[in-house]
Amino acid sequence: MARKQEVLQDVVIKFAGDSGDGMQLTGTQFTNNTALLGIDLSTFPDFPAEIRAPIGTIPGVSGFQLRFSSDRVFTPGDACDVLVAMNAAALKANLGALKKGGKIIVNTDGFDSKNLRLANYPDGENPLENGSLENYEVIRIDVTKMTREALKEFQMGMKEKDRAKNMFVLGFLYWLYGRDMSNTTDFLKEKFGKKPDILDSNMKVLQAGYNYGDTTEAFAITYKVEKAKMPSGTYRSVMGNQSLAYGLIAAAQVSGLPMFLGTYPITPASDILHELSRHKNFGIRTFQAEDEIAAITSAIGASYGGALGVTTTSGPGMALKAEAMGLAVMLEVPLVIINVQRGGPSTGLPTKTEQSDLLQAYYGRNGECPMPVISASTPADCFEAVYEAVRISVQHMTPVIFLSDGYIANGAEPWKFPATADLPPIHVKFKTELGHGEEKLQPYLRDEKLARPWAVPGTAGLEHRIGGLEKQNITGNISYDPENHQLMVKIRQEKVDKIAEYIPEQKIDSGAAKGKVLVLGWGSTFGAIKSAVSELIAAGHEVSHAHLRYVRPFPKNLGEILKSFDTVLVPEINNGQLIKILRDVYLVDAKPYNKIMGVPITKTELVEEIRKYL
Amino acid sequence: MRESKSMSETATAPVLTAKDFATDQEVRWCPGCGDYSILAQVQKVMPTLGIPRENIVIISGIGCSSRFPYYMNTYGMHSIHGRATAIASGLKASRPELSVWIVSGDGDSLSIGGNHTIHLLRRNFDVNLLVFNNQIYGLTKGQYSPTSEENKVTKSTPFGSIDHPFNPLALAMGADASFVARTMDRDPKHLQAMLLRTNQHKGASFLEIYQNCNIFNDGAFEVFTEKGSKAQETLFLEQGKPLLFGAGSDKGIKLDGFTPKVVNLADGYSADDLWIHDEQDIYKAQILTRIFDDPKVEGHLPRPFGVFYENDRPCYEEIMALQIEDAKARKTADLDALLKGKETWTIV
Repeated sequence: MARKQEVLQDVVIKFAGDSGDGMQLTGTQFTNNTALLGIDLSTFPDFPAEIRAPIGTIPGVSGFQLRFSSDRVFTPGDACDVLVAMNAAALKANLGALKKGGKIIVNTDGFDSKNLRLANYPDGENPLENGSLENYEVIRIDVTKMTREALKEFQMGMKEKDRAKNMFVLGFLYWLYGRDMSNTTDFLKEKFGKKPDILDSNMKVLQAGYNYGDTTEAFAITYKVEKAKMPSGTYRSVMGNQSLAYGLIAAAQVSGLPMFLGTYPITPASDILHELSRHKNFGIRTFQAEDEIAAITSAIGASYGGALGVTTTSGPGMALKAEAMGLAVMLEVPLVIINVQRGGPSTGLPTKTEQSDLLQAYYGRNGECPMPVISASTPADCFEAVYEAVRISVQHMTPVIFLSDGYIANGAEPWKFPATADLPPIHVKFKTELGHGEEKLQPYLRDEKLARPWAVPGTAGLEHRIGGLEKQNITGNISYDPENHQLMVKIRQEKVDKIAEYIPEQKIDSGAAKGKVLVLGWGSTFGAIKSAVSELIAAGHEVSHAHLRYVRPFPKNLGEILKSFDTVLVPEINNGQLIKILRDVYLVDAKPYNKIMGVPITKTELVEEIRKYL
Repeated sequence: MRESKSMSETATAPVLTAKDFATDQEVRWCPGCGDYSILAQVQKVMPTLGIPRENIVIISGIGCSSRFPYYMNTYGMHSIHGRATAIASGLKASRPELSVWIVSGDGDSLSIGGNHTIHLLRRNFDVNLLVFNNQIYGLTKGQYSPTSEENKVTKSTPFGSIDHPFNPLALAMGADASFVARTMDRDPKHLQAMLLRTNQHKGASFLEIYQNCNIFNDGAFEVFTEKGSKAQETLFLEQGKPLLFGAGSDKGIKLDGFTPKVVNLADGYSADDLWIHDEQDIYKAQILTRIFDDPKVEGHLPRPFGVFYENDRPCYEEIMALQIEDAKARKTADLDALLKGKETWTIV
């Protein structure tokens, strides 16, 4: 049937359903399909902490937000154009984020009296019938019925059949946005190749959803979003934890160091373990330890033996690792400690995002215990940022903390992936023999970076002992000497400070090098700040955006940049952490903007905030 | 990254002696501490093992015993409380060719580090765990430990300890250790023999060493170590031999169902009636580790020393290496292909 096709610039779709409805899969498939067309995109999965919260309830709603555009996008969007609601709870939980006049695609079967009650609608009230949705365009589909209908020939239980519901919705959306479905059919073939029944049923329902759009006269228009004008090159879609894992693998390959990951499963970091454990052919050893402490200490053991020791965790795990981090600082061995932050304190909000572990990364250890801190700003940025963390760790002989967060970890975006040949080298120097005139190894004799030698077991003639007790400068022998302790504390601090000489200067991401307002961010606020600042610049305002990757030490020129603006605004998803450090280091009267709701800062609210200082 | 130089060089290296394993660091244990004897025996045994010195790593936690690495001229790490076992796991996993020794105490490996100890044992890394058990916290000056006896009066238990102690060897058996043995500081020959066995065993070896803390818990093992009582109170296990003890081996242990009983050979029992020690027998080993009577209680059994149990099963680091080799054989490590993934698009 010939239909009118309307070209749109920017679309935000939210897929919402019960956590068992397969919304994450539906969202991911639609995302990949979108990416392959060269359309720019950004995603935000949002799921409950419970694996299977009570069916039909609001706490059980799982969502996946996707924004795609023919323009560049840096956030998954503040509000949705389209809401897919598989049941009443999904509608109720997400209606507030839908634009006026937006589309709601509802599964009418999810609005029976039981579902309405579970979603806490008043007795007798059905939003599909009481006129409360009149400001929206509601597309009603009895997905359950149509799915069962499509599978009526199949010899499988009703429950099994109903599992394919999400494929119906996906097929329908593919039709609505004029898509080819082959990436999903390929995916299904690979995933269910060994279960022909499930493969066939999913394929059948996917096609049924597509055909439903195609043959139902009610739908007069389909939509199209053109390719985005992105820098030329070859792209793929990548999620934060995935690109982080790739960054580690790449750094291990380029440095020639065998990688050892000691870790303990924790949300939202576990996917890094899952990804790395699949790539044993790169010589990667993954060790699921008995607890967070064994996770980091086993990695320390591996680093001591000459491997690239890595540990991954989230806030509560960081707290448990604190003492061992201190040991790594004293031993001065390379180690990359990755914290995918989540809402805290304590167990907090495991599946929600937050940037509240920065002060912990800076100060959360006993004694004077400085460590470099590197952060990632977007899913794809994890690759380069963690690669830098490895470089700094092995070249400066120091543990490094790497901060990501739940928003980055689970978000996806297009990634112009690098060619291996273009990756910067990571030179590793092992000490293999005594130097001229050395009678025995001086484990704490330093080079120009103040890095000590990496002399690993198995090297004849370099036998030595190190430990967590304070050590004499140069010899590494135990020392309780007061002067020596002060000297060593100062040296360990200077060693970290010196890294500023080996990292790039801070750049201004958008806007001029001086002016009225500088919005300074770190981590996952990148997209929101960039979008807000770009909008204000386009409107003729004097606003700039700088985003920190190197949080400790700061780039050398950061102080100069801060002085070049009337106001420095620091948006953070915490109660004001970077700003404390900036005030301490630069005596700058920076202004905070804090949101601590487990969700990202939106462009809209940030624009409003920045305007206060213009 | 590591050169094979060290291995080939040591093939022609001079024969080392105990002295070569001593360091220039002043030993700082209290005079009379049982740790001195253990250090001396370890230094004597090490040169006989045929392992290049640079391939030996000693990792310790925190406690008096954990000063050990500073006194051994090998690679060593004095780490943090309770974590030596976990550090050793990571080291052994990534460097299987090294000879890794863990030196720990009852507090370090059974209290704060208890979790790592049981997991090290069940995973069966090929490492040697020496637990210096003095049944007291020495370094913190005299609190009870997880192996201190009930009712023990210490600085932290002025009215007597209400904690029930661990039976370390039963715990090791419960964690599926593949080698379980006990020895004592005051019997250098036996200690040396046990160190040798510990080293020979491929897999996680758990060696409990009764060690006297002459400052805070002097004489804790006196009945087992002193001439007057040793023969009556100890039972030295030897593979394939009957369980005999007492002056002139006049007594033996007989299994009555699952219950060990003391019999006098003078009462007409012969060696054939007695329990014949079999290190491979997991069921009997569990009964043996349960022979843990308080020597003060009437009718108690003697305390066994020696190798209780030894079993060959695959080591963690070997299986880990095999998986990696297997994965490499199946799929070439192609970083470009990995970064590219399955689906890409090009913008011109």
